[in-house]
Amino acid sequence: MKEGLRQSMAWVHTWSGLLVCWLLLLVFMGGTAAYYKHEITFWMKPELHQAADAPSRVTPAESATLAVRELQQRAPNANAWYLDLPHERNPLIYASWTNPPRKGMTREERRAAFRTQNFTLDPMTGEKTAAPRDTRGGEFLYRLHFDLYYMSAIWGRWIVGVASMCMLVAIVSGVITHKRIFKDFFTFRPKKGQRSWLDAHNASAVLALPFHLMITYTGIVTLMFMYMPAPTKALYGAEQNTMFSEVFPNAERVKPAKEFAPLADVAPMLVQAERAWGAAPSRVVVINPNDAHARIELHRPAGQQLSNIEPTMTFDGASGALLSGPKAMSASLDARAAIYGLHVAHFADPLLRALFFMCGLAGTAMVATGALLWGVKERQKYAKVLAKGGKVGFGVRLVDALNIGAIAGLPIAFAAYFWANRLLPVEMAARTNAEANVFFIAWGLAALLAQIRPTRAMWRVQLMLGAVLMAGIPVLNAITTDTHLGVPLFGGPGLRPVAAFDLVVLALGLLLGWAAWWLGRKANKQAAAGQPANRAQSAPLEAA
Amino acid sequence: MTSITWRYRGGVAARTVAAIAGGYVLTSIASALVAIALPLPRADAVSIATLLSIVIYTCIILWVFATASALRAWIGVAASSAVLGAVLWLAGRMP
Repeated sequence: MKEGLRQSMAWVHTWSGLLVCWLLLLVFMGGTAAYYKHEITFWMKPELHQAADAPSRVTPAESATLAVRELQQRAPNANAWYLDLPHERNPLIYASWTNPPRKGMTREERRAAFRTQNFTLDPMTGEKTAAPRDTRGGEFLYRLHFDLYYMSAIWGRWIVGVASMCMLVAIVSGVITHKRIFKDFFTFRPKKGQRSWLDAHNASAVLALPFHLMITYTGIVTLMFMYMPAPTKALYGAEQNTMFSEVFPNAERVKPAKEFAPLADVAPMLVQAERAWGAAPSRVVVINPNDAHARIELHRPAGQQLSNIEPTMTFDGASGALLSGPKAMSASLDARAAIYGLHVAHFADPLLRALFFMCGLAGTAMVATGALLWGVKERQKYAKVLAKGGKVGFGVRLVDALNIGAIAGLPIAFAAYFWANRLLPVEMAARTNAEANVFFIAWGLAALLAQIRPTRAMWRVQLMLGAVLMAGIPVLNAITTDTHLGVPLFGGPGLRPVAAFDLVVLALGLLLGWAAWWLGRKANKQAAAGQPANRAQSAPLEAA
Repeated sequence: MTSITWRYRGGVAARTVAAIAGGYVLTSIASALVAIALPLPRADAVSIATLLSIVIYTCIILWVFATASALRAWIGVAASSAVLGAVLWLAGRMP
C-alpha cells in the first residue's frame, strides 16, 4: 500500500468488493425483482387473474364505497381499515384491517391474525374474488433483500448494511483507481481471457455507474438512523421516537372516543381529493371506524414526485369535514424523503421502471463479473503449477465454488421459488414458509454441489438447470392456470403483468441457456486444440 | 505469494481496524457535531447530519487505506477523534 493512490485504491476495491460480493448478488437480484413486487405477487396469486381480466369500469369513489360496505359487515369494530384502490399497477380492490390487540398476544400471533384479515374485491362486480393461495409473493423477495431470512430483521439489516457500506467503498475506490473511465466505457476486447472479463466488469459498472452509486447510497439512507444513531443521540438524547415523529410526518394516532358515531360517506371525500390533486387517491385509511373520533386519510397516488411520502388529506370520519390538507415539509426533510424515494422508485412510470430494472441487472452483472475477474486473475499465479498438472490454492477454489453457487445457483433458487408457488398444494399449512424454504433448499443444494466440485462442468450444469427452470415457468403457468401467455397478450390490460412476468423469466432463461451453451462451446474448442482435459476441468472460466 | 511479509499483513490488519472501527467512531463524533452546529430545526439538522455521515465514513475509510503508513492512519483517526470529541464534549456542556 505504499505504491500510490491508484494502487492502494485498487487494493481496497478488490477486497471490499470480494468479501461481500456473494451476499451483494442476493441483495441486487432481490432488489431488482422488488421493482416489480406487486406484479410478482399478482402472478403468484392466479386465483385473482380472472377478476382482473375485465377493465375496471367503476370510479375510485364507487370502489371505496363497495369496500367500505363489505368492511362494515366483516370488521365494524376494527382499529383501522386499509384500502388499496385500483390504479395502474393494481387491477383490484384490496382491503385489510387490524383489530385491537388482545392482551397477551405475541407479535407473531398478531402478524398471523393480520394475515387472515383481508379480502379482495372485483371492481367490475363488487363481488369478493376467489380467496387467493397463501403466498408472500414479491414481498418475500423485497424483504429478503434487506431483512434476509431465518434471522431477526435487525440482524439481517445490519449484515446488509455492512455489505452495502463495503459496496459503496468499492464503487468509490473503483472510480478513483480507474484511469480511463470514459475511454474504457467504449472498450470491449472479446475472447481475450482476463482482459475480456475486465472490460465486461468495466462496461457493466461504468454504463450504469450513476445508478450503482445512487442505489447503494440511497439503500444505506433507507436505514440510516439505525446505522448511524450519533446525530440523533446528540439532538434528541434517548428520545429516539420523538425524532421519528418529527422526521417522518405521520398522521396523528387519535385515540378512539369509545362512543359510537356512524361513519360518514367516503365517496364525496374521494371526489374532493381527486379534484384537488388531479388524480384519484390510491389508498384510503380509516382509523377508528364507527367511532366519534374516526379519521379518514386519503393518499395521493405515486408518480408526481420523487419523495416517497405522498401528500394526504385527512377527514373527520364522523362529520365528514376536511380536517387538514397535506402537511408542508421543510426542504431538508423533503430532500431526505426524496433520496429515500429514489431507492424505492414508487414514482417510476412503466418505462422508467423498466430502466431501473435493467440497471439492477447491470448491477448484478457488475458484481458477478467482478467476482469472476478475481478468480481469473488469481489463477494466473498458478499457471506454472497448473501446467504441471497441479492444483490451485484453497482461496481460488473457494472463490470459484462460491461464484458458481451464487451466480448460477441464485437464479435456480429464484426459479424454484416460482415453481413452488404453482406446485405446492394450495391448501397446505404454513404455505408461505414452505415457498421460502424451497428457495433456500434449492440455493443451498446448488452452493453445496459447487463446493464439492467447482468445475466448468458444474457451471454448465447449474446454468442449464437455471435456464430450464426459468424458461419453463411460462409453460408451468400455462399448465397450472387458465392465464397462459396467449390470454393476457390478447385479453384485457389487467392481465398484462402476468404476460410480462412470463416473458421476462423466459428471456432470463434464454440468457442463462446461452451462457451454458457458450461455456460448452469453449470446452469443446479447448479439447479439440488438444489441451489437457483436467485443465479445462479445474479451470472453470480461464480464458473464457 | 511468499513476498507478503508479516509486517505487511500487520499493516493491513491495523488499517482495517482503523478504517472500520476507528472510522465509525470518528464518523459518529463528526456527524453529531454537524447536527449540533447546523442552525436549523432539529429534525432538519438530524436528517442532514445523518445523510452526510455516510459520505464522511466513506471518505475516512478511503483515506485510511490511501495514506502512507498504518501508523499515520491510526494517528490521524485517533487525533481527529480526540479533537472533535473534545469540541463535542464542550458543546454538550454549553447551555
